[in-house]
Order: sequence, then structure tokens, then C-alpha cells
Amino acid sequence: MHRYIPNTEEDKKLMLDSIGVESIDNLFDDVPKELKLNRKLDIGKALSEPEIIKHMTSLSDKNMSTEELTCFLGAGAYDHYIPSIVRHLAMRSEFYTSYTPYQAEISQGTLQVIFEYQTMLCNITGMDVTNASMYDGPTATAEASIMACDSTRRKSIIVSKTVHPEVRKVMATYLKFRDIELKEVDMIDGVTDIEKLRAMVDKTTAGVVVGYPNFFGIIEDMTEVEKIVHENKANLIMYTDPISLGILKTPGELGADIVVGEGQSLGNKLSFGGPYLGFLAAKSKLVRKLPGRIVGQTEDVDGKRAFVLTLQAREQHIRRYKATSNICSNQGLNMVMAAIYMTTMGKNGLKEVAMQSTQKAHYAYNELIKSGKYKPLFNKPFFKEFAVTSDIEAAKINSELLQNGILGGYELSKDYSELNNGLLFCVTEKRTKNEIDELARVMEVIA
Amino acid sequence: MRKYDELIFEVSREGRRAYSLPQNDVNEIPLEDIIPSEFLSDKEVELPEVSEVDVVRHFTNLSNKNYGVDTGFYPLGSCTMKYNPKINEDMAALSGFTDIHPYQSEETVQGALELMYNLDKQLSEISGMARSTIQPAAGAHGELTGLMIIKAYHDSRGDKKRTKIIVPDSAHGTNPSSAQVAGFDVVEIKSDKYGAVDIESLKAALNDEIAGLMLTNPSTLGLFEKNIKLIADLVHEAGGLLYYDGANMNAILGITRPGDMGFDVMHYNIHKTFSTPHGGGGPGSGPVGVREDLVKFLPAPVIEKKEDKFILDYNRPESIGKIKGFYGNFNVMVKAYTYILSMGAEGLKEASETAVLNANYMMNKLKDHYYLPIDQICKHEFVLGGLKETNLEVATLDIAKRLLDYGYHPPTVYFPLIVEGAIMIEPTETESKETLDGFIDTMTQIAKEADSDPNLLKNAPYNTPVRRVDEGKAARELVLKWSK
Repeated sequence: MHRYIPNTEEDKKLMLDSIGVESIDNLFDDVPKELKLNRKLDIGKALSEPEIIKHMTSLSDKNMSTEELTCFLGAGAYDHYIPSIVRHLAMRSEFYTSYTPYQAEISQGTLQVIFEYQTMLCNITGMDVTNASMYDGPTATAEASIMACDSTRRKSIIVSKTVHPEVRKVMATYLKFRDIELKEVDMIDGVTDIEKLRAMVDKTTAGVVVGYPNFFGIIEDMTEVEKIVHENKANLIMYTDPISLGILKTPGELGADIVVGEGQSLGNKLSFGGPYLGFLAAKSKLVRKLPGRIVGQTEDVDGKRAFVLTLQAREQHIRRYKATSNICSNQGLNMVMAAIYMTTMGKNGLKEVAMQSTQKAHYAYNELIKSGKYKPLFNKPFFKEFAVTSDIEAAKINSELLQNGILGGYELSKDYSELNNGLLFCVTEKRTKNEIDELARVMEVIA
Repeated sequence: MRKYDELIFEVSREGRRAYSLPQNDVNEIPLEDIIPSEFLSDKEVELPEVSEVDVVRHFTNLSNKNYGVDTGFYPLGSCTMKYNPKINEDMAALSGFTDIHPYQSEETVQGALELMYNLDKQLSEISGMARSTIQPAAGAHGELTGLMIIKAYHDSRGDKKRTKIIVPDSAHGTNPSSAQVAGFDVVEIKSDKYGAVDIESLKAALNDEIAGLMLTNPSTLGLFEKNIKLIADLVHEAGGLLYYDGANMNAILGITRPGDMGFDVMHYNIHKTFSTPHGGGGPGSGPVGVREDLVKFLPAPVIEKKEDKFILDYNRPESIGKIKGFYGNFNVMVKAYTYILSMGAEGLKEASETAVLNANYMMNKLKDHYYLPIDQICKHEFVLGGLKETNLEVATLDIAKRLLDYGYHPPTVYFPLIVEGAIMIEPTETESKETLDGFIDTMTQIAKEADSDPNLLKNAPYNTPVRRVDEGKAARELVLKWSK
């Protein structure tokens, strides 16, 4: 008898009688004998709740969290403040234990949240349409690339080396299996090398992916990029940090055809890398090529405003082989959290988060390079992340920082062999002047 | 229920505020001095302005228009809408799991790595596979990953001819679409009158261009594929691999295993079989298990144990590459792991046995009033084909909509495609006999209504927050966001 399995032996007996079989084993008579597992699964016995709590707490305690360590690590996953109400509202059981809103009449809660999320995401990115979510930033970019190839009927994608390494790796995997060529364009001083890009883009290019800000936190000038891409009738795909849109011009204004990115910063916890929130937004001309679920406004038979999943003929459950994507389950609840976050922060809050992140990152930057021990890797304007280097091994610096309760920067040599000893630091609105001063103090004394 | 029909943008008022941040305590430099003004926006951020109580009322009232497993019965075939245990949520909310950055050094996240390593072992044991990856974010993502592994396998043997995947006509839509995303062509084979793989059709389709066959067992009709050994032999003899769609694992936990049936690659739907919540559309998780000689193709990194430490092994030269950022939907994994601890080996077996018992019980009662195309012992789900008495006026859709008036989420409708007007019912093991009886009584009542007053069904529902919605209008007049 298990607490999650209500039917008792008596209930089961009544049910077996009703069916007309002797025992439950009879219900598995059609499983060939030689396929039956005649032993217990080797996964241990059931634990009670108190025992589970003990076991899980001990596992959790083996991790050092950002509650104990001051986080200056970014590189695609960010420690932004999540308002208290986000979790309370997203964890209402009618939201989190519900299914995909295929039955619109009893899913207006989820459907309306998606519609509002679509509105807000389109607003901050300056695009016309978006969907109810993708798995994460990297997979959203892979699918945007496929979309670009599909809409132009071309088979080549270019991505800047300044785009997040994980994004490029996931793109490489997806595109390799589709026989789509993926080319990487070099960087110069931490930004896309425009002349090399100009030489690379041609009439076989379906899309060009650039970061805004890029992986190094740098805000690249998109003017020339946009010209080159559109002269060749390719799609400009911008990978963006939604928090930066609190102060920066929207990708839409800069000429993006498709905007993708990682929405984790919008009200979702670090969670060791997942579940996160991919977003993919586009200009209206591309709406029928969009993957994933889209909610539209309509009416019910009484003329009342209602929301419903629409343009489902793009999706796998209708179009099967010819669907625009295979995506079914997405990141629904993470999107709900993002919707609540954007609603709560609002017009001025998102701007404030972006402002404070910028101010504090620049304060940290100035403090770190003050003495000359650490030098900036690049000489370009940046948002909330920046890269520095020195004569000391990056791993050693991080080790020292860890001993002082600080989570240091991302070691750039992992992905950019030429950036030896380089560290990418991130400062969000959560960091205080004292924490930044402490970071600078510890780094200054490392030998 | 309160009537609440506002969009948050309609509630928004200039000057209202819900957020809270401390004052900036570093010396403030004018933004134009640090970021060139041509990059800075000169417009306001287009987000609402509301107070905290507005936000809370808004989302609370919206949630009241929803229906979750916590609200009531959800007999969605193929979705396994079982109860979502709350201890899973509590454990997943522990700060040591939620507040860890994916790029922290390994020694600071040994607990997380240990959990992932243990889960790999448990999932592999349950499916009869050698190793599993937990990187895929959903079932369809797992299918894509598994298909990429199959392609990599053939490529490594120098066999470039294998460009096709066989998919039965009963398959879930993600199967053929995943094959397409993975770069394969799809060959569809017909099912026999029992909804099983038609062996002659399969034989005719197999040749040296076939990379593999995707199969669900039990089938999407809820019936065990009795010829599975023969199917596996045929596919392997033809040089292909056998892929298992694990959506229906809830029928066979601890009873039989895809690895033992002859499958080479499989995926799980964690949000189905392992009780993690559906979240209104996600997040799910789709771990992929493989047989021993395919382990080298798994996405990197793989979590390994070296002496007493857990490490992220990126040294995987034959890996298909990364299919997602970071390591997968880790927090969903924590819930699945907690669930496996709660159930143990015996609990999982009892879950499957009871799921199958519940389904057979319902099927036998409902066949009095509904058409049962294949009347044989089912597994955890079964498919009806509409009303028993042919009723030209009432469609499956109308039955589904009328169920809403009785406070039930309808079963899956119009899937699988091989049964016309399909109604697929999967009760799961977490429902009591009373709940099942209540649903059976309601379905019986609806069958009577269909006979006496078909219009009642055609115009249903009546008691829901909105009534039947105009899907045609939504697609014709696209309104995909709010404008002033």
C-alpha cells in the first residue's frame, strides 16, 4: 500500500472481479514470459518522507550555493533578484499541475498568461510575434537557424565567435544533422570582425547570428552587420539578454528578423543550468514558420473574449513530419515565472535592474583594473559583464576567491585558447558596494 | 467563482509599482559616459505598471480559471497525468539545488553531480539500458537526441545509405517530426487491426536504407506489442536500430524493460512516468538511455565517478555533441529522483500494476456505451472510438466538451489517428475506484444525453469560465499580443 496509490487490496479485488480475471498477473499474460523481469529493480526500497528529507538535505548540503558564496559568475546564467511573489503565484497548483492548454475552456488561466507573456516579450524585443517558449537560449538559436534556412531556402548559417560557446555547440549539433553548413566568423577586440563577416556572407547565407550583448558582455554596433546581412537578403538573428533591454535599443529597432535568447534572468533560479527558458521572437512575416505553441485572442460562442492555441497546423500533433519543429512540451512554468517577473518589475523595474547592473559592473571593472595588476581584455562598451586578464592563472584566482567565499569569473581559456588567464566577471543588481570592494581587495592580494 | 476578465495591461496605471530593490550604493556615472548613446533606448520599456496586490489578484484569479491534477481527474491518454507529490517540490526547492550556478567548480557541486549520477543508474536499471543522459529537456528532445545517436552509429560504421526511419501510423506526432528534425526521411507503415505493427508491412519496408524503427510498447492503443521479439530481430537483421518511445513506461515499470525487449535506444518522459508536474506545458525532461556500444555517442558531458569524486567528463570524442545548454533540466531531475526514492522498486511495480488494473476496469465498464475497437486486455490506457450507438450528430469533440460541464478534464481526443474519433483514456494508478466510478457514471450519462438531446452536447460546455471558443476566428484574424 502506497500513499500515492489509493486502491486497497479490497478495491483491487472488486475491480478484478468486474473485469473477470483472477489476479493482476493475468493482465500481463500478453507479455512474453522471457521478457518478464523476474527480480526486483535494483533501485532500493521506498523511503518515508522524513527519510527522504534527510537524504536529500545531505545531498543539498554537499553543494555550495549562492546563499553562501558571493556570485560574480555569469556566462549565460545569472544571479538576478527574484521578487517574492513570483514563486507564490507560479506555484499555485492550478498553474503547475495543469496540462498543456489544449482544452481552452478550462485553461484560460494558462492561455492568458501566455498571451500576456507574448505581448511583453515582443514589446521588450521590438518584435511582432513570439511563442510560449523554447527549451533554452541555445536550442532556440538552433531552431531559429533552421527557420531562417526554411524561409530563405538556403543552407548556410554564420555565427559570430563572440556568441556564447554553448549556443554555438548546440547549433553545431542540430545543423550538422540537417546538412546545414555552419560557419564561425572571427572576432577582433571582443567584437565580430566586420570585414571578415562581409567576406563571408553571400547569397547562400540564410542567417547570421550575433550576440547583443555578446558573450563577453560587450554591446556590439549592429549598423554594419545589419547592412551586410540584409544586402544579401539573409536573416539577422540576434541573441539577446532580456535584462539589457531595460536600457538598450530593442533588437527590432536595430533590424533583427529573429530574436532569440535565454530568459532565465527573468524570474528563474540558477538551478544548476535548468530548467531555463528559451525565447524566439520574429517579425510577422515569419509567423507561419515559428516553432512551438502560440496563443491567439478570439471569442467564445457568447462573444466573450477568450484565448486559444492557434496556428496549430504548424505543430507536430497536426502536421507530424511536415511540422516546423518537433517541440511538444516546452518550458511552460518557467515562462509563467518570467511573465510574473516582467509584470512585477514593470516599466521602471526592468530599467532599474539594468541600470544597477551596469553601474555596479562598471564600478567593479574600474576597481579591478585600478592598480594595473589586472588588464581589460577588450576595449569596448559593455553591459553587466566584462573580461580581465593578468599574469596569474585564472584557476588560481578562482581558487583563492572561493576560499574567501566568492564565486569568481568564468575561465575564458576553456573556449577561447587565445584568451589565456582571461576571466569573465558578471555583476548584477544583487551585488553591493561592499561585496565588490571585497572582490577587488582579495584579487589585489593574490600572488 | 469570481468573474475576472482583465488583461494585466488593462489593470496597469501610470506610476504604480510592484518591485523592490535597494538603492544603488556605488557611485553613479551618467549612462552616456559608459555606453554610447546610439546604443541606448530613448523609449520607455513597454511593460505594465501595477502594484503588488494587483499582480497577486491578477494571477490568483487567472489560476482560478485553470484545472490541474490537484483539482481533479485528468484521464489524458499518453500523458500519464498522475499525482504530483509535494515532497518533490520541497526537495527541489532546497537552496543547495536551486541556488547553484552551472559553471561552479566541481568540488562545490558534488551533491548535484551525485544526484545526476545516481539518477542515470536508476533510469538505466529501470529501462534495461547501459547508461542514460539527462541532457534532453523533453520527450521530443529525447527522441531527437536518440535519433542523432542512431545516425552517428551508422556514420561510424561508414554506412551512409541509412537515411530513413520507419514510424508506425499509430505513432505520436513527435516521432515523425523528430525524425525530420534529425535529418531523416520517414517511412510510415500501417498497423494491423489490433493496432500492432503489421509484420508484413514491416518486412516490406525494411532494407539497407533504414536507419531504424521508432516504436512505443505498449502501443499508442495501450496494447502490448506481442511480436516485439520478432520485430526487434527483423530490424536488427536488416541492419537497423530499434528506438523506444518511453511515453508509455507507466505500464511496465518493474515488469518488463525496453532493453530486454531488444530496444537499442530509448527516451523517458519524466513529467509523465516520474510524477513531475506538467506546469501548463512544461518543463519536462526526456532522458535517453542507450545500450553499451552506443554510450560513446551520448551528449557531453557525462557524469562519471572517479575514486570518490563525481566529475563532468567532456572528453567524449565520439559524442554527438551538446543538444542543450548546460546539463539538462536539473531541477526536474531532483523531483524525479525524490519520486524514485518515495516509490522504491516495489512502489514502481505497484504503480504500473495498478495503472493497468484501473485502465482495464474502466475499459470494461465503458464498453457498454462506447465503441471499443479492440476488445482485449489493455495496459495502462485504452482507446474508444466514440459512442457505441452510431450517432451522426454527436462527435467525439462534443463528448469532450460536455465532460467539462461535469468538472472533468476530457481524455485525449483524436489520437491515435488510426481510430476514428479516438478517445484515449489513461487513469493512472493515483486515482481511487470512486473517482473512476464517478467518471464512468458521467460518461454513461453523457452517452444517454447524446441519444436524447444531441444539441446539449453540441453546444457544450455551459459551466466553464468561457464557452466553446472560435478557433477559426483565432487563426483567420491573428491577434497574438495586446496593443493599446
